[in-house]
Amino acid sequence: MDRELTQKLVEVYGPSGFEDKIRDLIEEEVRPYADEVRIDPMGNLIVRKKGDGSGLKVMIAAHMDEIGLMVTHITEKGFLRFTNIGGVYPHTLMGNRVQFADGTIGVIYSERLENREKVHSLEKHYIDVGASGRDDSPVEVGDAAGFLRPFLAQGDFLTAKSMDDRIGCVVGIEALQRMDSTPHDIYFVFSVQEEVGTRGAQAAANAIEPDVGIALDVTGTGDTPEGIPMAVELGAGPAIKVKDRGMIAHGGLVRLMKQRAQEAEIPYQMEVLEAGSTDARSIQIAGPGSAAGTISIPCRYVHSQSETVNAEDVENSIRLLVDILSKPIEF
Amino acid sequence: MDVYQSLERLTEIPGPSGMEERIANAVGELWEPYVDTMSQDRVGNLFAVRRGAGEGERRRLLIAAHMDEIGLMVSRLEQYPKDSDNAAGYLRLSPVGGVDVRHLFGQQVVVHGERDLPGLVGALPPHMLPDDRQSKAYNYDELMVDVGLPLAELEELVRVGDFISFHQPLRRLLNDRVSGKSLDNRASVAAVAVALKHLSGRRHDWDIIAVATTQEETRLLGAFTSAFSQQPDAALAVDVTFGKGPGAKDRNVFELDDGPALGIGPNVHPGIFKKLQEAADALEMTVHTDPHARYSGTDAYGLQIAREGIPTGLVGIPLRYMHTMVETVAIPDIKRTGRLLAEFVASLDADFLEQLAARMMEE
Amino acid sequence: MNELLRQLTEATGVASDEKEIRLLIRDLIEPHVDEWRVDTMGNLLAVKRGTGERSLRVLVDAHMDEVGLMITDVDSDGTLRFTPVGGISDRTLLGKVVQINARGGKKITGVIGARPIHFLSAGERSKIVSVDDMRIDIGAGKKEEATGKVSVGDLATFVTGYQELGQIAMGKAFDNRAGCAALITLLQREPYPFDLHAAFTVQEEVGLRGARVAAYGIKPDLALVLECTPAYDLPNERDISPNVMLGKGAAIYVMDRSTIQDPRLVRHVMRTAQENEIPFQIRQPGGGGTNTAAIQRATTGIPAATIATPARYTHTPAAMINLKDFENVVRLAEATLRNLSSELFERQTSTA
Repeated sequence: MDRELTQKLVEVYGPSGFEDKIRDLIEEEVRPYADEVRIDPMGNLIVRKKGDGSGLKVMIAAHMDEIGLMVTHITEKGFLRFTNIGGVYPHTLMGNRVQFADGTIGVIYSERLENREKVHSLEKHYIDVGASGRDDSPVEVGDAAGFLRPFLAQGDFLTAKSMDDRIGCVVGIEALQRMDSTPHDIYFVFSVQEEVGTRGAQAAANAIEPDVGIALDVTGTGDTPEGIPMAVELGAGPAIKVKDRGMIAHGGLVRLMKQRAQEAEIPYQMEVLEAGSTDARSIQIAGPGSAAGTISIPCRYVHSQSETVNAEDVENSIRLLVDILSKPIEF
Repeated sequence: MDVYQSLERLTEIPGPSGMEERIANAVGELWEPYVDTMSQDRVGNLFAVRRGAGEGERRRLLIAAHMDEIGLMVSRLEQYPKDSDNAAGYLRLSPVGGVDVRHLFGQQVVVHGERDLPGLVGALPPHMLPDDRQSKAYNYDELMVDVGLPLAELEELVRVGDFISFHQPLRRLLNDRVSGKSLDNRASVAAVAVALKHLSGRRHDWDIIAVATTQEETRLLGAFTSAFSQQPDAALAVDVTFGKGPGAKDRNVFELDDGPALGIGPNVHPGIFKKLQEAADALEMTVHTDPHARYSGTDAYGLQIAREGIPTGLVGIPLRYMHTMVETVAIPDIKRTGRLLAEFVASLDADFLEQLAARMMEE
Repeated sequence: MNELLRQLTEATGVASDEKEIRLLIRDLIEPHVDEWRVDTMGNLLAVKRGTGERSLRVLVDAHMDEVGLMITDVDSDGTLRFTPVGGISDRTLLGKVVQINARGGKKITGVIGARPIHFLSAGERSKIVSVDDMRIDIGAGKKEEATGKVSVGDLATFVTGYQELGQIAMGKAFDNRAGCAALITLLQREPYPFDLHAAFTVQEEVGLRGARVAAYGIKPDLALVLECTPAYDLPNERDISPNVMLGKGAAIYVMDRSTIQDPRLVRHVMRTAQENEIPFQIRQPGGGGTNTAAIQRATTGIPAATIATPARYTHTPAAMINLKDFENVVRLAEATLRNLSSELFERQTSTA
């Protein structure tokens, strides 16, 4: 896997609804390998690789957007109250830094804590950009902020603020780059607004009406001290999703993913996730419906600013995807 | 066809949402004698088309009954004791659809691994649970499926993500009532068969597309997708509704064996409701009104808003103890529902859609 | 008095029972549109042909339904059980007068009574009464008398006459008859540079269901949604946003729980307001949802924005708007439309 590419993607700004910068970056990477590139009205980047005509229409979705914050109110003294864009949780916020589209940086803190064991709700937090009042605030109500945190790589241990789901974008980009020929008409969709309800993929799937839909996204793990019990671990290979809170994957597609992994001797694990969902949810139910599933990259600390994946898992996810897309898909 | 025998067959076959292959075959066998063509789509919906007698381009009615049922899924494999070589294996659970966790302890199940394995849902006795859990209902952290195999053997047969269905053969109760699992919604699948059979001896102008939908219990997947792909002129959802009985004595529940209930509210086109009522009147059949102020919780919710909107109706078969393994219905209600559907279909003429449209503007 | 707002707010149209309001709007727009039709959900869809200068397909949506009550059963004493249709808090219902739209077109008046204060214990006085414990009384003596007049499934709404006090208008259902009034006014004006597709949609209050099928059918290039948004500009000790304020101008949406508005369109609306000196305010991002959500994703993606009239006390028997705000919504919506061009949507993309 390409660590340089990963670093570029995870550090760029792109809260849901404000994906222009990350889209430009990905477009540069994929253009030489694509038969067709377009941007749809929602802002999804749709990259087509044509097949030899014998296969199916396949949509691959990796979302470009990340969770973030939006300013809702500027206090008389210039502090910014905010709401969440996607799943942002108060216990991940204190002392963290955010950046606005224009480069303005702010730090997050909360109102006085009566009890340090218990964090306040989002409404009682604020962003401080150093303004002294409404008039000198460089930021306005409605401006969106993304988290700020440099990429970290220690061996195979990769950490960043937006692994969810820039690492899925890496898998998609590299699969496209590595693939020689395919029987399938493939649409790689780098989607928008996943974190607020898999919205971009919904519109893209309506346009594409694929036979098969595969999301590339992160999933949780059950391998941390006294964490949520779950069968997925970091470093044990890509996870083939069977069920999450939003969908049950297509049985035939799940079997095919397993079979391909076994044949190519790619380590894999099976996934049942009790919370969250992916773009596959939208693809499955769009239009006449499709056979939908997800290749998940195991990730610790999802929706914190230190989302962590294993480089081998990423590499194996790319290999598995390339293998699936290079061969016929039959259920 | 014999309704009891059909139900016996339909309810013994597993079909948790997402694992409808086997039940689809059984529904196909049941419906096939009365239809012209059958097919299946990418999400597993089973379509059975009965052509109408109308001239030229015929109108098409879609009748949806979901064939999936609630169930369980393996979320993890564990062993006890942890440090033993040949320790017993246990399966941790995740619900598929709206499972009431309080019903699980002591149920017989089938684990659909490499092959079907019979198992039981077990848990530690209350006195061995943490103090604060001793007087509470079991939860998913405490329940597990035991198939009596050591982990090493279990791992050869079962993986995370395998489905688990409930094992509960159909039982006859008094007064032509039956009880078992998955009568939600196999009762409606049987009612559609009754309707198709009636119609094979009767003229109807419209084409009928009967669809056994998938993943209703989780997200109405089959309703949204089938209505989109088939583009029918009108649609009916057939599902179970709440029967009056222990724990369900208050309003908007319906006596067993007193006729089906017709849904009304935002999910239902008033013209379809009226036409269903007229069909019941023609049969001198008692029907009830089942109000849903927002969300009917049935396939009707998905059917109605496909594409540019589809006039949709909802017919409910009263059922007691919904989402348990002892769901109970009266067989005569299933027959009545089938008769009602057939009468409704036969009453549809070429002008029906125009009548519906006129309703919107008549002053 | 604003006759249009009076007529529209006094008409009934609880979600899924919009016939009365639909017929009224149809009569009001018929002279000003080139065609109209009603789809199977009950949406009223009209086209006002443009001058043909620009090839854009533009949808303007205003939902015409309102929140209300559904009769769910009749008790033996002839009183009626009911449940809310759309978001009505239990706190708002006690002691209110309602009108039931009975099947066959008859209107029946009822009241939501309650246990007299004399019978209440101290604890009960501070408790919210659940809608399950309330009944509508239409004066029937016994069950048979009531069932002869109303049926299970009938819908009811509040009875509130429209009034004006200077700049303030009071009445029911400003959410979203204010949007309907704005859209009707837009249709009365001179043709636009493109065909204007107007959708008066149904069932917004029960899940944005009408707009979804309307947008699917029309397949516009972009959409503008005209709404009415709650204002919480009441005395408050804390330094927090009141969402929007009455009298501060047209409210522009940026983000709510269901949609992130198209940033290009939002910029266009704001710039239009500034250039034309139309007072506007940003609606506080956060909760809520509008038809914009359903329209945006009904097809292959439709850029959409929302402009709203602020109203206090929405989803209650009587709300309040500022007529100047309403006028500013009309002005801003019209100016926004007349300035629209497809260049707005050309994305700057890097080329490899």
